[in-house]
Amino acid sequence: MIREFFNQYGPMLWEGTLDTLYMTLVSTFFGYVLGLPIGIILTVTDQDGIHPNKVVYRVLDIIVNLLRSVPFLILLILVIPLTKAIVGKSYGSSATIVPLVIAAAPFIGRMVESSLKEVDRGVIEAAQSMGAGTFTIIFKVLLAEARTSLLVGVTIVTGTILGYSAMAGTVGGGGLGDIAIRFGYYRYQTDIMIVTIVILVALVQVLQAIGMYISQKLDHRKA
Amino acid sequence: MEPIIKVEHLCKSFQTKEGTVDAAKDISFSIEKGDIFGIIGLSGAGKSTLVRCLNLLERPDSGSVRVNGQELLSLSEGQLRKARQSIGMIFQHFNLLMQRNVLDNICFPLEIRGVSRGEARKRAYEYLKTVGMEEKARAYPAQLSGGQKQRVAIARVLANEPQIILCDEATSALDPQTTRSILSLLQQINKDYGITIVVITHEMAVIQQICTHVAVLDHGSLVEHGTVREIFESPKTEAARRLIIGSGSRGVDRMTGRRTIRIVFDGQSSYEPVIGNVTLAFGTPVNIMYAATRDLGGSAAGEMILQLPEDREIGDRMITYLRERKVIVEELDDMPGDELSGETEE
Ligand SMILES: Nc1ncnc2c1ncn2[C@@H]1O[C@H](COP(=O)(O)OP(=O)(O)O)[C@@H](O)[C@H]1O
Ligand SMILES: [Mg+2]
Repeated sequence: MIREFFNQYGPMLWEGTLDTLYMTLVSTFFGYVLGLPIGIILTVTDQDGIHPNKVVYRVLDIIVNLLRSVPFLILLILVIPLTKAIVGKSYGSSATIVPLVIAAAPFIGRMVESSLKEVDRGVIEAAQSMGAGTFTIIFKVLLAEARTSLLVGVTIVTGTILGYSAMAGTVGGGGLGDIAIRFGYYRYQTDIMIVTIVILVALVQVLQAIGMYISQKLDHRKA
Repeated sequence: MEPIIKVEHLCKSFQTKEGTVDAAKDISFSIEKGDIFGIIGLSGAGKSTLVRCLNLLERPDSGSVRVNGQELLSLSEGQLRKARQSIGMIFQHFNLLMQRNVLDNICFPLEIRGVSRGEARKRAYEYLKTVGMEEKARAYPAQLSGGQKQRVAIARVLANEPQIILCDEATSALDPQTTRSILSLLQQINKDYGITIVVITHEMAVIQQICTHVAVLDHGSLVEHGTVREIFESPKTEAARRLIIGSGSRGVDRMTGRRTIRIVFDGQSSYEPVIGNVTLAFGTPVNIMYAATRDLGGSAAGEMILQLPEDREIGDRMITYLRERKVIVEELDDMPGDELSGETEE
């Protein structure tokens, strides 16, 4: 019976899993392309950052807060025109990446900001006292010293985006979420629903384990 | 020759919730090349603020800071970065990069200068040897003791081949023995490389071990400065007296209401004859509350705190007697005992 189930639905579930991974990883990547600079700018321009700038900080701070307070489902619909402009269509895995990135970027910006702010003020001052410029401090002090915390952040972000990608599936986004809705919800095929949930949980676990392992490996702060 | 550091009319205040704090009030002084210059004051006196103004980690509100004949306050960002490379700084909490090993920490300033990786490592290793840490090249800061971390920090500063090293409470997180070894290392560096060193501390013992000159800070004002011997032998201000006397005689109970004096004399002669003679001459014993011989930048000085007999006239005569014998005498009666306990940083 199990064999039968997998013969029938295996390929579809496999494809759904790949779709989900694709959406999650690509969205995480582009999320960081936008979110990392946001986090860096927030850190640097904060009042006790290395280049305080009230205006830049306030504006970015407000944008981030606004975007973060829009519920994801509403964001999904709001960005449809943008999605169409970028991807060419408003459904399917690639189309889902657009709202995922937009939802994730401000969240990532905050995660990055809080990681970078953990870097000891004294270490930054030491670098300044040696004649380090802003870019050296950002790349060789802030990002390098906060790397463990940043990687833990990546792990959390990936797990969160995975969850959101499943949610996006419910409105035609593809991936495991899409399968769970179409079969589990509309056709009452509870078994498929359960299997997709198991796969989703397993994916989160695996991504977490990998992320934590790497961040531990790269941490030299403990004796 | 122009002094290597010349500070004039430096003022700095901070706005806090409790109001304005004047951390530096019209401070002027200069430091000659090759000196080991101490700045001492109680916690909150403004020492860190002052030393941070010497490399503009803190920007003064007004005044002038000339280093090597260059007015720091008129430099552009880029020029300031360049100038900072010749002004090293070490800190109470070491401030090493925790995710880099020891060798790469020392490479950091060289990377900033654009030295190639291979060359940087080679030079870094040399500086590690200078501070006696070459065996720990591959260790991470978290695996080192406080003293070892400070040695790495010193090597990192040396890598920039500075003309000046600023030390902000560089030994305050270390035990007394490690403190002495780090201070010796700084002294060695001063001798070998001719680097001018500015030492910030709240401990007179640190000043005594290595400094040639000292300035006393009190509530944001520079109240006194001179050679260590001058200040030690005859402190002119209350603040200086408190720091110097408090440093040696912590725990001495001076709340007895009796007349107390502090005497300073040539450390080559021991103190027994001095006291012995006083006792013999007056037929009354004096109470020795504290006695020590101190090393003041290479020459010894004896210090004692004595309680005089209750008879005021005998006391006066004893003081005259001591002064005639070239002993420096100071009366301490007016000093409230609780202020002598000395303050400690964090
Ligand atoms: N960044 C700051 N903001 C507000 N007040 C400050 C700041 N830095 C120093 N102060 C105040 O200035 C005074 C001198 O501080 P500091 O220079 O650190 O003294 P010290 O190093 O002698 O202990 C203190 O009253 C302190 O609270
Ligand atoms: Mg201080």
